[in-house]
Amino acid sequence: MNNFSIKIKDPVLSIRNLSVSYDKGKYAVDNVTADIKRNSVTAIMGPSGCGKSTLLRAINRMHELYENIETKGDIILNGNDISDMPTIKLRRMAGMVFQHPNPFPTMSIYDNVIAGYKLNGIRLKKKLRDEIVERSLTDVTLWDEVKDTLYKKGSFLSGGQQQRLCIARALAFNPEVILLDEPTSALDPVATSKIEDLLVKLKENYSILMVTHNMSQAARISDYSMFMYLGELVEYGKTKDMFTKPKDRRTEEYLTGKFG
Amino acid sequence: MSTIANKILTDNLKTRTLKNKAFKSLVVALSVITILPIILIIYKLIAKGIKQISFDFILKTPPDTFEAMTALTNGETIPGGIANGITGTLLMVILASVIAIPVGVVTGIYLYENPGKFLANLIRNVSDILQGVPSIVLGLIAYMWIVKPVTNGFSALAGSVSLSIMMLPMIVRSTEETLKMIPQTIKEAALALGVPYYKVIIRVLIPTSFSGLLTGILLGISRVLGETAPLMLTALGSTIINFNVSKPTSAIPLLIWEFYNDPNMVDLIWSSSLLLMAMVLTLNIMSKRIAARTK
Repeated sequence: MNNFSIKIKDPVLSIRNLSVSYDKGKYAVDNVTADIKRNSVTAIMGPSGCGKSTLLRAINRMHELYENIETKGDIILNGNDISDMPTIKLRRMAGMVFQHPNPFPTMSIYDNVIAGYKLNGIRLKKKLRDEIVERSLTDVTLWDEVKDTLYKKGSFLSGGQQQRLCIARALAFNPEVILLDEPTSALDPVATSKIEDLLVKLKENYSILMVTHNMSQAARISDYSMFMYLGELVEYGKTKDMFTKPKDRRTEEYLTGKFG
Repeated sequence: MSTIANKILTDNLKTRTLKNKAFKSLVVALSVITILPIILIIYKLIAKGIKQISFDFILKTPPDTFEAMTALTNGETIPGGIANGITGTLLMVILASVIAIPVGVVTGIYLYENPGKFLANLIRNVSDILQGVPSIVLGLIAYMWIVKPVTNGFSALAGSVSLSIMMLPMIVRSTEETLKMIPQTIKEAALALGVPYYKVIIRVLIPTSFSGLLTGILLGISRVLGETAPLMLTALGSTIINFNVSKPTSAIPLLIWEFYNDPNMVDLIWSSSLLLMAMVLTLNIMSKRIAARTK
């Protein structure tokens, strides 16, 4: 069926025959099956409109926000079928980071980190809150930069710092998997490289699935890569293999810049 | 290039610069005409009204005609003030806000959340039409709805209801427009944290758009602050300070109208108008400040 045969033991995430359509009969994601490896960075590449963001959003069911959405197939996150899970639980297990940094403008840096608890009405003891904030900000290497301004508004930070704050907000829930939707496409090169270093570091403790437009970024930091085209998962394998000897002609053409 | 062609070009340039200057002056002149009335109004109000402004003016009720006449013939300032008008205006505006703000904000949120729905379009259009309804008609409506069946007579409540109907469309529209300005990404951020939809609205969207909402509310208040026509049919007016919502109540614009009808009280018109103008301007400037701070 597909041009790949990749076996992943004890995957954090199993996607089985997933199809998503926004419009009856038109599939944004077409029968995708893939396992995502634990504690590694997996990149989803492909030209605009190939369904990579939809695939990512199907994992924490953010795609359900659109009307007339139809989803077929299963996604198993750490042994649990996500369609049975309440979205609050699912979205705690699968944290999401978006293209544009989006800290809550009315909240302080501190409150932004624990926003997930606060907004859901989960009360924590102050000591535990402080711990979560410090751990999450340390994880994203932001702690030293903001520890004296924790109670200032998050929107005063630079774009790159804001994006790291948003990652910290996702980490505060200690998620099973972090979903990133082109996290650096709105950032300058210095901020981008900081985020990339951060993701490589984070994979020690977290599993990362990232949509990227940027092939060299995928080559730099990902362990596994997927190439999607017109909703179909064309190729999936170790990044090193895919970039050196792609199996599918379309992957090769994309990687060599013939389209996309 | 030949010298003739050069000459034509420079001539052309000269006339063009001249025309440009003339047009610019015209634009400036017309713009000045726009702001001239407000400057003249404020000047006139201060010049004629300031001498009546005192603590008594805020703390006391209006004099009767005889007192005013005596003061006039003796060349003194008119005693008394418009305390009943100030308290009446505050009472009715606050009550109108209590009615209009929750309804308006919630309706605005509904319009923002369901942009394409039939009901939303209907509400949007109806609220636009409501904005164009003459205020005296709203007074009549409040008379029919409240004065006759509910309070059995002219009342502050009826006045508040007519004012709240006037405020409503402004608040609805400004709420919808403000919410539309919030980036979609902020909403997504909250939803991606598993926050239920109603909490996203209450805890994220409303706080984020708070200053915009406030601006709309302040503008709505400043719009109804000087309304006279609906109050004539509903609150009627009163010579005493009244805090009972089921009783007739005075208001600053009502008093201005009463003073206008009494030749001995003419001086009070100016000072009352000055106070009303100051209140409206303060609200307007406040709302501008708040709006500017958030940009």
